[in-house]
Amino acid sequence: MFQRKWAKHWREESVKAGLFLCATVSVLTTFAIVWILIREAGVFFQDVAVSDFLFGTQWTPLFDPRSFGVLPLVCGTFLIVAGTALIALPAGLATSIYLSEYASSQTRSILKPVLEVLAGIPTVVYGYFALTFVTPLLRAVFPEVQIFNAASASIVVGIMVLPMVASLCDDTLRAVPASLRQGAYAVGATPVEVTLGVVIPSSLSGIMAAFVLALSRAIGETMAVTLAAGATPKMTMDPFVGIQTMTAYIVQVSLGDTPAGGIAYQTIFAVSALLFVITLTMNIFSSHLLRKFREVYE
Amino acid sequence: MISRSLTYRYWFARIFHGFCFVVAWAGVVILGILLFHVTCEGIQWFDLQFLSNFPSRFPEKAGIHSALFGTLWLMGFTALFSVPIGIGSGLYLEEFMHKNRFSRFIDLNISNLAGVPSIVYGMLGLVIFVRWFGLEQSVLAGSMTMSLLILPVIIISTREALRSVPNTIRQAAFALGTTRWQTTYAHVLPAALPGILTGIILALSRAIGETAPLVMIGALTYVAFTPEGPMDDFTALPIQIFNWASRPQQEFHELAAAGILVLLLALLMMNSIAVYIRHKSEKRNP
Amino acid sequence: MNRLLLYFALSTVLLLSIGEISFAGGLKGKVRVDGSSTVFPITEAVAEEFQKKNRRVRVTVGISGTGGGFKKFSAGQTDINDASRPIKDSERKKAKDNGVGFIELPVAYDGLSVVINPNNDFVDYLTVTELRKIWQPGSTVKYWSDVRPEWPKRPITLYGPGADSGTFDYFTKTINGKSQASRPDFTASEDDNVLVMGVSGDKNALGYFGYAYYRENQAKLKVVPIDGGTGPITPSEKTINDGSYRPLSRPIFIYISKPGSKRPEVKAFVRFYLAQASELVKEVGYISLPDKSYQLASDQFEKWLKGSLISGNSSDMEIKKVALK
Repeated sequence: MFQRKWAKHWREESVKAGLFLCATVSVLTTFAIVWILIREAGVFFQDVAVSDFLFGTQWTPLFDPRSFGVLPLVCGTFLIVAGTALIALPAGLATSIYLSEYASSQTRSILKPVLEVLAGIPTVVYGYFALTFVTPLLRAVFPEVQIFNAASASIVVGIMVLPMVASLCDDTLRAVPASLRQGAYAVGATPVEVTLGVVIPSSLSGIMAAFVLALSRAIGETMAVTLAAGATPKMTMDPFVGIQTMTAYIVQVSLGDTPAGGIAYQTIFAVSALLFVITLTMNIFSSHLLRKFREVYE
Repeated sequence: MISRSLTYRYWFARIFHGFCFVVAWAGVVILGILLFHVTCEGIQWFDLQFLSNFPSRFPEKAGIHSALFGTLWLMGFTALFSVPIGIGSGLYLEEFMHKNRFSRFIDLNISNLAGVPSIVYGMLGLVIFVRWFGLEQSVLAGSMTMSLLILPVIIISTREALRSVPNTIRQAAFALGTTRWQTTYAHVLPAALPGILTGIILALSRAIGETAPLVMIGALTYVAFTPEGPMDDFTALPIQIFNWASRPQQEFHELAAAGILVLLLALLMMNSIAVYIRHKSEKRNP
Repeated sequence: MNRLLLYFALSTVLLLSIGEISFAGGLKGKVRVDGSSTVFPITEAVAEEFQKKNRRVRVTVGISGTGGGFKKFSAGQTDINDASRPIKDSERKKAKDNGVGFIELPVAYDGLSVVINPNNDFVDYLTVTELRKIWQPGSTVKYWSDVRPEWPKRPITLYGPGADSGTFDYFTKTINGKSQASRPDFTASEDDNVLVMGVSGDKNALGYFGYAYYRENQAKLKVVPIDGGTGPITPSEKTINDGSYRPLSRPIFIYISKPGSKRPEVKAFVRFYLAQASELVKEVGYISLPDKSYQLASDQFEKWLKGSLISGNSSDMEIKKVALK
């Protein structure tokens, strides 16, 4: 009798231990990422001053004369993200308003799956779409658009990110209790006044969190920009020329397999580290927004 | 609000409604355009020969066979690694762990990992699996990298599925004297299974389209064979599409479109299975 | 639950086995090739034809660039390196340190082509001096009129291979005088296809890459005759072959590693390469060496295999002498 209880106990504990090990994989992953980035970027920063890297405006790590200022890549990423924000944020918010305030449940049942499909399309497909459809379209309207340009890529990334914004905002908007809306209707507000005056202000934190999350996704986007935006690092605000983002640079260097050692190898870690820090900050900021400013409804 | 004339306010309301309507349906229209464009470009190449041929320098002879089977192998091994670990983590975090500072730290950890760009995972895979473990550009290295990528997704959806199981089931089992693991394994897990399976399928459909991590571990080569073991080189659908799309010839662009059709079909199949599972489970537990 | 697992396992096994077609006997193994994207079209063609006849051999061909490829080659990670320039001393030393002997075999001639957009109607030729003016490090050339005053004041957009590319090394060495010395503000890619797309889509573009990529996309590009001191010469099979297209004619190579060559499938692949080179090189768009050069390369390869030839120095001198005649 005692024997069986012992066996039962040990089985329980070993299963628990096994599951605990599984859970540690995710923690180990984070530590691995951080450790590798620090270690390899550390090697890089022994040769290149941090201030040169962060504030330099010439990115030529592979040519003579070598220069390691990362700003052109950051500028390229920023240009793409700005374009994405211009498209995805207002459109995503408007879509979510439509979904939560205006749409019938029948419409919702069509629209929501469509948005899910849009979100599930792989990024390389969007890159292809940018290259073969959006760029020719842009060039038909604006002939001076180059074949690799930032506008194409940001339009397409905007489409990719829009469902994410729409779905997150939709959840937030629906969380606003009906009583607030009804109170506004009761004093004679029109639907748009209810939305803009009551619902949105009370779900502002959730909306902002969704925006930040979507932009963080756009920053990390790789394949669409690699295919469509080009490989020329430059400091420019012109959306019609080719640029290079941080992610596209990393892909360019790894086009085969990056051999170990050498300054080229180290640059991908420096740029990855920067990318990781930026997206991590934005993700933490986003969840912070959600927690600290969440309206408490009774 | 400043009082304005009623007609103005009603007109503003109508315009706004129209605006939101147009924008929302624009999403549907864009999806339609995308699918239409891809299908127009790709359908002419989409035949049995395309599926059974290997990539070639001649567009007429090129096919997606090696990419298709590479993807199958990759997905198989990814599922092998990520599913047990993902479900195991989810179970532990939801059922066995006490809520303390450490558990909050793990929560934060996982939601951060979910937002890390896929190319950082590629870098992780390059350093750990390709270099340290010495796996080179093998199916094993690729699938282990992919597993890490989708692990947070599986963990999060497993936890949500487990959370949706009513506590009464657990309490009833405890009342009868079962241990935590017995309760979980025999009662909670089966109830949460549809949600977990849906989450896994969605995670895998994310993995099937990811290109950046594979490019970083070095899978972007000309591969004209199907893998015969986990240590073999491979190519995958998104990589082949990327390769063809990067070529300047129009025929290769159309081949890329055909490849995209294959990829989208695979996604459609996976999502239909997920929807079916969700539907069946809703019928069982209304 | 257990049944589900069983079905899953069974279907996985079934799916995996459908992908396999077994062929009795024949060569089996792996051939790992990497390196230049200039040479890539030839190697890809050879790999495709070779695998049709030897289905159980797996040939992978990467495009890390000549330099990138040599890094792996010297570390023993690849069997063959495609190279659009000869091996550097530093790479030679690294291979020696790692015990990787090798042989250099020329496989074709390339006339590095400078191309512009077909809609560019004012560029009739470029001299080497003008090329240097455009491409040297610190160049201030921004408009076509900076190159020749009678040309319009339109911006120049530049496209070229990236820093791991042998074509890049060769061009910068030949035009700018120092390998890897170049102005940095151009669209760089190891993948010449990207460059073709760039130049064909941009009417102010100027780019350079291997001749085959021009010939393959002739309808989309316009090639610029180069004046190397004896008047503008357009690259063509004739002018590259007789050497009048100067200074941008060059041989391109494959390097075979000694450890790799010990495997029968690698031996067979190289023999097949040399036997088919004349035909496939032409098909791809490069200029084939004279038949006796391939014969000589073949003989050298066999001698090297038997061990009666010192790898590296003596062999490449022999073949190159014949090839460059």
